[in-house]
Amino acid sequence: MAAKKKKATTKAVRKKVPSKKTGAKAGAGSKVAQESARLDRLTVDLICSTAKDVHREILKRNKPDLTFPVRSLKNVSYSTKRGYFEIGKQKKTRTLTVNTVKSFAQTLRMMGLSKELVEGNDFATKRDAYYQSKNWGEAKFDEQPESDTVMDDIEALFSLRGASREQLRFVPDEHGGAVAGQLIVLDPDRETGEVERIDCTRFGSGAYSIPSNVEHLSFETDAKFVLAIETGGVFQRLQSHKFWQSSNCVLVSLAGVPSRATRRFIRKLSDECRIPVYAFVDCDPYGISNIYRTLKVGSGNAAHISQFFCVPQAHYLGVTPQDIIDYDLPTHPLLDVDIKRAKDALKNDPFFQTHKPWQKAIEQLLKMGVRAEQQALAKWGLNYVIEEYLPQKLDQPAKFLP
Amino acid sequence: MADSKRLTARKAGQKRSRAKSSTPKSKADKRAAKPRSKASKSSTKLRTKASAKTAKSRAKVSAKPTKSPTKASAKSAKSRTKVSARSTKSPTKSTKSRAKGSAKSAGSPAKVVKDSTRRSNASDLAKQHRDISVSEFFAKNRHLLGFDNPSKALLTTVKEGVDNSLDACEEAGIIPDIRVSISQISETRFRVIIEDNGPGILRAQVPKVFGSLLYGSKFHRLRQSRGQQGIGISAAGMYGLLTTGKPIIITTRTGRKKDAHHLELVIDTKLNAPKIKRDDVVEWDKQHGTRVEIELEGAYRGGQHSVDAYIRQISLANPHAEITYVPPKAEEHGAEHVFSRVTNDLPKETAEIKPHPYGVELGVLMQMFRDTAARNVRSCLQTDFSRVSAKTATEILKKANVPPTRRPGEVSRDQAESIHQAIQATKLMAPPMDCIAPIGEELIERALRSEVSAAFYASVSRRPAVYRGNPFLIEVGLAYGGDLPADQTVTAYRYANRVPLQYQQGACAITKAIAGTEWRNYQMQQPRGAMPVGPMLLMVHIASVWVPFTSESKEAIAHYPEIIKEIRLGLQECGRKVATHIRKQRREADAEKKRAYIVKYIPQVAIGLQQILSLNDGQRDKIVSNLTSTLEKSRKL
Repeated sequence: MAAKKKKATTKAVRKKVPSKKTGAKAGAGSKVAQESARLDRLTVDLICSTAKDVHREILKRNKPDLTFPVRSLKNVSYSTKRGYFEIGKQKKTRTLTVNTVKSFAQTLRMMGLSKELVEGNDFATKRDAYYQSKNWGEAKFDEQPESDTVMDDIEALFSLRGASREQLRFVPDEHGGAVAGQLIVLDPDRETGEVERIDCTRFGSGAYSIPSNVEHLSFETDAKFVLAIETGGVFQRLQSHKFWQSSNCVLVSLAGVPSRATRRFIRKLSDECRIPVYAFVDCDPYGISNIYRTLKVGSGNAAHISQFFCVPQAHYLGVTPQDIIDYDLPTHPLLDVDIKRAKDALKNDPFFQTHKPWQKAIEQLLKMGVRAEQQALAKWGLNYVIEEYLPQKLDQPAKFLP
Repeated sequence: MADSKRLTARKAGQKRSRAKSSTPKSKADKRAAKPRSKASKSSTKLRTKASAKTAKSRAKVSAKPTKSPTKASAKSAKSRTKVSARSTKSPTKSTKSRAKGSAKSAGSPAKVVKDSTRRSNASDLAKQHRDISVSEFFAKNRHLLGFDNPSKALLTTVKEGVDNSLDACEEAGIIPDIRVSISQISETRFRVIIEDNGPGILRAQVPKVFGSLLYGSKFHRLRQSRGQQGIGISAAGMYGLLTTGKPIIITTRTGRKKDAHHLELVIDTKLNAPKIKRDDVVEWDKQHGTRVEIELEGAYRGGQHSVDAYIRQISLANPHAEITYVPPKAEEHGAEHVFSRVTNDLPKETAEIKPHPYGVELGVLMQMFRDTAARNVRSCLQTDFSRVSAKTATEILKKANVPPTRRPGEVSRDQAESIHQAIQATKLMAPPMDCIAPIGEELIERALRSEVSAAFYASVSRRPAVYRGNPFLIEVGLAYGGDLPADQTVTAYRYANRVPLQYQQGACAITKAIAGTEWRNYQMQQPRGAMPVGPMLLMVHIASVWVPFTSESKEAIAHYPEIIKEIRLGLQECGRKVATHIRKQRREADAEKKRAYIVKYIPQVAIGLQQILSLNDGQRDKIVSNLTSTLEKSRKL
């Protein structure tokens, strides 16, 4: 059942944005417009039925409640078969009491905003929503984190019923990473439906920037793999030496923990063009348990969307703890926070608990008590990473970590 | 001048040692070649001169032995203390040794110097010894009585006058009506007038009461009263006389049919005796009472040590007294303040008690044996002490191995000591408690209510307890909230026998007990080991026949563990009461906040639903009313 739902929603997400209006104007694919209209109706129905339940209870003089899935790493399961974090069955019920009346009101107002956006065919970023709330009188949010939490709760609530954040017309503020290499991105215009062909080899020394919404994009490529890179510095080096040309690949800069859009972009690219994804990050607990883990299986507090916003087919190319020894890399000692993070990953993270090789690697790192950055390879020459390290690693995919 | 003397002495010493070091080499030569060695001769001369000079300057020795002792005695008489006598003694030694040295080398003048080494003998010294008048002593050591600085002098003067008035009224059974007025005559000069409706003082007694120190009615008995030593008011008068030269002016009348007397007194400090400057019979509208007027150098300041604070505090602890206070510069500080009485009942009259054996020290015990009128030791123990029956007296003496029939005057020191030990080893009843008069829980609370604007009041009167054989009783009053400042250390009013203690807060057992109480248990903030912080005023009263003060100025209570424990128990009892109040207050505030919360956010829930479900305004209002009643029912608001 889950698989069926997944299929349906993926499709929905992908084709949502071309609006009713666009569809009508362009006349291109009335099917798409119909589908989008159906999904919008579904979203509005979901919002209305939730509100009706609340209304009914109030009329019965009962205390209404709303049930949300618990968003935390504790309520997450992982199986290699599915390949991403799945949100568990733990629920929190927010009953309308004296103490919760404020957040209850804010939740309802936020749902109201969502309905308005769908009906007006518009969207709002988290920041927009926060400023919108300033019109809500007493129900306004004082700080953005408050409104973000309410929005994430609503998103999780509706994800249980098969609607994504994008369907609620809430979009992320964060911009995506940078892309360069053997790839043409097909981007249809929102108004006209005219498709723009973006050649990612033709950005010179710059790069293509992933937009915040990628569902409407499609790709043309004959690249052999996607290389996801943690730091901008290494991305710059590979890009300026046209590494993508010599090894026929697509380079993506993650810029720290990858944003939803970046994850979704890589996922779509890999799914649609059937090419593998390799991650190249720092060898430290942050690089491993935050950046790579989030890229591959999603994050703990947004597990309800991991289904779409992760890249289960990604593999860890380096830098591995073993590389530190093999390549005799310069290191820094692990800080207390690093050690805590690594131990936490071993103890609490279902992803690392499932994969034996990862447990060994992290234990090895803890035992060595050091960390090494991607750029440490520069010890052997600035272009060592291009000329020696990556080709050697790419020759031995068996050595990649899961 | 003393320094220059010492300098000369040191120089002389140096020269001598130099001369000495050269002697082993050519002692005989020198003597042989006396006329030739001019240098050594002149140095000898100089040395002799120097020693004579130092001796002379100290007015003790040298060539005129008959004259110098007179000088010395005159001088020491001026300073009149033993210390100065001793200080003149000590240099004698150095002069002596020096004289020896010069005698060795200089021969002939040695005899004279040797005779003069003893500057004076015992009989000379005896002439210097003489009685010190109490008045003289206190004139010099005014800080011991609370006249260390101008502002404190003003406070002490008011305090002594008011204390005396209150004591007198209570003893006579009169409900006190006291008027205190202070007027500023010049920048540093004040006139203090204290007028009461007490029993008055007989004309014959007036000069002694106000004109000599240590003349009083309260020192020789064990009974709860404010004053003890009989120093206070006469010391204030003396201070006034010393600083302004003005006499102390007294008007007193003992009854409707008696004359009112008006006297002006000065104290002869040497004789500790009054001198009457004026003595008239006057018309006075008061039927009985006393009016004391003292002019003194002082300073009028605000704050916790001020006269204003004193008046406020004393009226709290004496709710039966009406005190009218006229501060200086009435136009600035407001005219009359009337601290009206809260009750018309005088405090219970206290009984005088005999000392309890547990609290008597060996020396006192021996003195009591010497002074007693009893015929034998047993009856002495029985009659001169409280809580000693014939049976216990026999028991004590048996333990001490002293025959009960021995005459008290014939008890030896050793026997007295074993009696003293036997007393401590014998179980005795606690001393009688009718000697203490508490203010009472109800009156403390009423007084606080009338003087302090707060939201909550509590008071506790503990049962009497005993330290070193002396009964005492602790009372605690507490005011919380209202206009009291919330972010400051709590105010603590300390009282001993209804008299406020305003100085040396840090040294007092009361402060120690307050800081040692866990106020956090009672919903208050408290830095570790310090006084609590919050909108609270504490009033702690210790009533006892003998309050143990840390010093004669009677400003802080000594740290007896029994006393600290009792104070703490009293504070805890009040603390529990205030904690209940604070918790209740918080619950109410909480409920109020929640009620406001509901009013604020329920309409927003309704608006949200209206928006989503396109409801009309009637439906929206229905949601508001339904939800409000549902939530209020569930909260039992």
